[in-house]
Amino acid sequence: MRVRISNDAVAMACGGEAVAAAFAAAGCAVERVSGWGMHWLEPLVEIEGAKGWTGFGPVAPGDVPAILAGTSALGIGAVAEHPFITAQTRLTFMRAGRIRPLSLDDYAGTGGWQGLARARSLAPAEVVAAVIQSGLRGRGGAGFPAGIKWQKVANAFGGSAAGARKFIVCNADEGDSGTFADRMVMEGDPFALIEGMAIAAHAVGAGAGYIYLRSEYPHAIATMRAAIALAAERIAPFSVELRVGAGAYVCGEETALLNSIEGKRGVVRAKPPLPALQGLFGCPTVVNNVLTLAAVSHILREGGAADYAALGVGRSKGTMPVQLGGNIARGGLVEVPFGITLGELIHDFGGGTASGRPVKAAQVGGPLGAYMPPDQFHLPLDYEAFTAADALIGHAGVVVFDDTADMGRLARFAMEFCAVESCGKCTPCRIGSTRGVELIDRIRAGSTVDALASQPQIRNAPKAAPSRAADIALLEDLCDTMRGASLCALGGFTPYPVLSALKHWPEDFGGDFGA
Amino acid sequence: MDSPSHLAEILAAHAGREGALLPILHDVQAAFGCVTGEAEAAIAEALNLSRAEVHGVVSFYHDFRETADPRPHLQICRAEACQARGVEALMAAAQQAAGTRVALEAVYCLGLCAAGPAARVVGADVGEALHARLDAGSLTRLIEGL
Repeated sequence: MRVRISNDAVAMACGGEAVAAAFAAAGCAVERVSGWGMHWLEPLVEIEGAKGWTGFGPVAPGDVPAILAGTSALGIGAVAEHPFITAQTRLTFMRAGRIRPLSLDDYAGTGGWQGLARARSLAPAEVVAAVIQSGLRGRGGAGFPAGIKWQKVANAFGGSAAGARKFIVCNADEGDSGTFADRMVMEGDPFALIEGMAIAAHAVGAGAGYIYLRSEYPHAIATMRAAIALAAERIAPFSVELRVGAGAYVCGEETALLNSIEGKRGVVRAKPPLPALQGLFGCPTVVNNVLTLAAVSHILREGGAADYAALGVGRSKGTMPVQLGGNIARGGLVEVPFGITLGELIHDFGGGTASGRPVKAAQVGGPLGAYMPPDQFHLPLDYEAFTAADALIGHAGVVVFDDTADMGRLARFAMEFCAVESCGKCTPCRIGSTRGVELIDRIRAGSTVDALASQPQIRNAPKAAPSRAADIALLEDLCDTMRGASLCALGGFTPYPVLSALKHWPEDFGGDFGA
Repeated sequence: MDSPSHLAEILAAHAGREGALLPILHDVQAAFGCVTGEAEAAIAEALNLSRAEVHGVVSFYHDFRETADPRPHLQICRAEACQARGVEALMAAAQQAAGTRVALEAVYCLGLCAAGPAARVVGADVGEALHARLDAGSLTRLIEGL
């Protein structure tokens, strides 16, 4: 009997290896495939029967005999027919759950390399035009139109200068809490990323590419390494090299990432010059997120750009792989066209909290994203709508909290995280984050006078206890400075979680604050 | 301690590579468990950098250590998604189980955000590295088994 079990990191972390061994010991032919992105069901097992494939999950090794005997209660029917999957529009994740990640045959058999073949039959400018036409915006967080970025790199040196070095850099430093879509692409469909990079290289005239992958993703590193070796011939003369990060969150910022590949401290660079003109080793460089590049391999297929542009709302075109995490009943990957509301994502797809308690907040866009209360859950997933609401989509991670969450503590954590991970180059981020932690502590403790400041040697500090209102005003002022004067999004966006928590849950910042 | 011939082999393997410092440091850390001052000096010499430049990089990144720590290392995710699933309530028991025998480190996201609390055994084989849906009992057993 044939059995499919995912070998992606979630399945492995939930015990997939032992389940696979149990099926193998029972005489089954076990195939290791990519994950469907239904993380509450992992380890998810599919069994081939007379009526096709049937899913079971979450499976423990002890469940194997009952599944094989047909008496297990864990069955969910055909996984491809599950409402969680059928309600999605999977383009970037069209192969999730359906292929063996490192099988070139499976990849080619599911439309793989068609985008690259078509791109190489077109002039580079036509490839850029197709990406512009698709409306694809950078999926890493900033939402900058991908085609415009490519055009800038293609036109560097006046568009000619044969022999001038250019690079494609894939940002796979997925450090945001609540995000795992990049990991799923790299572990489940690595050739799609490589194909996207090869298409970008053709479009801008780049000879080499780098994937900068964080060290916290050992499975993705192993799969990507193997995939790069397998695909080398297919993408030649373009070549891709994997570089592993070293635990610095700030290296997800594109200029810090470039410094890190160059072998330097992951310190942010001032812009301009833009990486498109002076990027890696000073050469014109496309820096795109994993999801952006993986989407390109779909967009460049026949009719792909028009199909993509037909989805979405406003200036947010195509689909977004949303990641549902945190305290959620049905967490996982939900790829849907822009325009879906946050409430639909959390309640219809996610089924509310895992704890069964009411939802208190959702943080969208990672540790630098705003905390949103349920009365904002009507907001459509749209870059402009989120910006107007002082929030961001970022990499579309949605982390759900139930009513036990202490939003004041989470606001403090946001500042503390910024202090730990700041690269130290600009003052608002390096010092502002530490002052922010102290200030939030003081507000939560009841705005007492600071022990150090009350010393006679500190002559210019006020000796009376500050009023709570004055401390809140100071925190807002600090956030304003960080937002306006930081060099990159780490210091610049840390105010989002802090101010949104303060605005919507002032009672979590100490007893009588709301009064 | 450092076997100079092995360090020389690592440096030779990366000779001529552009931006080779991080890959070299990863290899040195994997081979020796740390990047010592002597190793920094040798790497600086090989890459035509100053010792200060190499030390600046070693000290910038959380992954690199300047002294070896032979204890087993467990990274526990303390980021928002695992906080939402209750990781902070597990930490006191985890610290107690770890004592001084196991080094517990905070990590900010292992990408298992719908299946937290999550942890990673550093240096383990890929198949055994990650653990998800931890509770007080399973986390304690994981730490005791290291």
